[in-house]
Amino acid sequence: MMPAFTKGNEAIAESAIRAGLRAYFGYPVTPQSELPEYLARRLPERGGVFLQAESEIAAINMVYGAGARVMISTSGPGFSLMQEGLSYLVGAEVPCVVVDMMRGGPGLGNIAPAQGDYFQATKSAGHGDGRLLVLAPWSVQEACDLTRVAFDLADRYRNPVAILGDGLLGQMMEPVVLPAPVEPARDVAWATTGAGSGPARVITSLDLEPEALEARNRRLQEKYRRAQQEVRWEGYRLDDADVAVVAYGISARIARTAVDRARDEGVAAGLVRPITLFPFPSQAVRDVASRVRIVLVTELSAGQMVEDVRLAADGRVPVRFYGRFGGMVSTPPEILDQIEQAASEVRAA
Amino acid sequence: MRPESPMTRVFGRPPVLIETPTHYCPGCTHGIAHRLVAEVIDELGLRGRTIGVASVGCSVLAYHYLDVDFQQAAHGRAPAVATGIKRVLPGRVVFTYQGDGDLAAIGTAEIIHAANRGERITVIFINNAVYGMTGGQMAPTTLVGMRTTTTPAGRDPVVYGFPLRVAELLAPLPGVAYASRVALSSPAHVNRAKRSIRRAFQTQLDGLGFSIVEMLSTCPVGWGQTPIDAMRWLEAEMFPVFPLGELKAPAEVKA
Repeated sequence: MMPAFTKGNEAIAESAIRAGLRAYFGYPVTPQSELPEYLARRLPERGGVFLQAESEIAAINMVYGAGARVMISTSGPGFSLMQEGLSYLVGAEVPCVVVDMMRGGPGLGNIAPAQGDYFQATKSAGHGDGRLLVLAPWSVQEACDLTRVAFDLADRYRNPVAILGDGLLGQMMEPVVLPAPVEPARDVAWATTGAGSGPARVITSLDLEPEALEARNRRLQEKYRRAQQEVRWEGYRLDDADVAVVAYGISARIARTAVDRARDEGVAAGLVRPITLFPFPSQAVRDVASRVRIVLVTELSAGQMVEDVRLAADGRVPVRFYGRFGGMVSTPPEILDQIEQAASEVRAA
Repeated sequence: MRPESPMTRVFGRPPVLIETPTHYCPGCTHGIAHRLVAEVIDELGLRGRTIGVASVGCSVLAYHYLDVDFQQAAHGRAPAVATGIKRVLPGRVVFTYQGDGDLAAIGTAEIIHAANRGERITVIFINNAVYGMTGGQMAPTTLVGMRTTTTPAGRDPVVYGFPLRVAELLAPLPGVAYASRVALSSPAHVNRAKRSIRRAFQTQLDGLGFSIVEMLSTCPVGWGQTPIDAMRWLEAEMFPVFPLGELKAPAEVKA
């Protein structure tokens, strides 16, 4: 199939339709509005439901009711509003795919690319002890491919799955080969259809008895342990590396260019790119940290994923951090400079 | 009593109403409201195609009493959850069961927009002028001067405004096809309430738009009254503020 030149937001939307999307609920927010706009045009003609809600709070609760392959998309301020609903979805084990095209924060911030929602996406699905599974694409093609993966994971684990992108990924255009459409065979024995056989189906996250709620939580935690097998990451030029750069999403794209330039200058640098942010590729980071002499984490934030890297590295090597934020995007020369500083630090040691 | 005598069943438990001990307080009218909803679902033959949405508050466990598929919603969000269900399954009957804190405070955006979109859902709205489950705090529907645990000197309209009249608020919206206010304070009112619920569900079945039945209800514990006094208080104090009647009804489902 010929690749089509496609915006990140639209590639995700089309990929979702081809994954068997039955319903989309959302609320406009920059920089992801092309995604609902695309679905408003294309989803109804393919038999799906598109509805613009009165708020992200309402939209995520519509998602909770859908009982079918369903998606919602937003950026930071809207992602905050969805936390309440996501907690209910996680607690009641209702699947969905949620896209967060991150922008500068906190507060209203701005609409430029950022990666400041890492904590909110990976550490807790709203209140309580639940988690989202989180995927972080670095190209339009990968955004398209991971959208299919996200729906499959959501169904397999009966848990919301987040696609964590940023304004740059959502807005940029790249050649994309779209996947063939599938009609997913789904076990929806949990869904409230009003017509299930057997006893009435109840979707709830309420357990008044602490014993029952603890059991629900144990089930969730067991699920997240099983999800460890879904860990995805990519290594680049790591074999003889002294300096390992760890970055995800668009930051990793910038870092790869910097790694290549460092190699041109004789610095043995490599790249670790987490693709699943939860579950985090801790073992991979630990293994790499055991082989290199220093780790450099770079994000479009004040330092969020770096905490997971430090936990994984567990003191094996120094872990340095470089971040730009507030909508500022780091450049390859900036990252190259950081790689060189890290390299000279370990040469001096 | 002669066991062989032919008998006609004139009263019994509706099959949708599950036989189980109640967790509601003595004198609370949630039980009556549950029963009326169950009777209507049975009489209209909707058991195999109905999905309920329970909300936060005393009625959060409505699915322990009503034997249909149920989804439990976050505080105030039941109309949004019902929208999600109904849009994906337009052939099903979807209703929410919400209290006044849920619907008229934290959930005002969701109820107004579900009504304004004309969602083909039915809303059973329990107005007892107080937050019951959390212990008798002020609700948007609390009467002026009424004492609650958060208005110990009585609701002062200068501070908190006036009781919110939900049925009157929603009825003018074009998406609303049926809106009524009934009471659960006497057998005659209970009969009228049931007819109103039936019309609301019929409105949904006919695809005419959004339907809501506001039910004036008691909360003896929240009000600090005996069950009998609570019934009297409801009629004496709530009726003047929340007038009963059908505010809007499609001609074809009017009785």
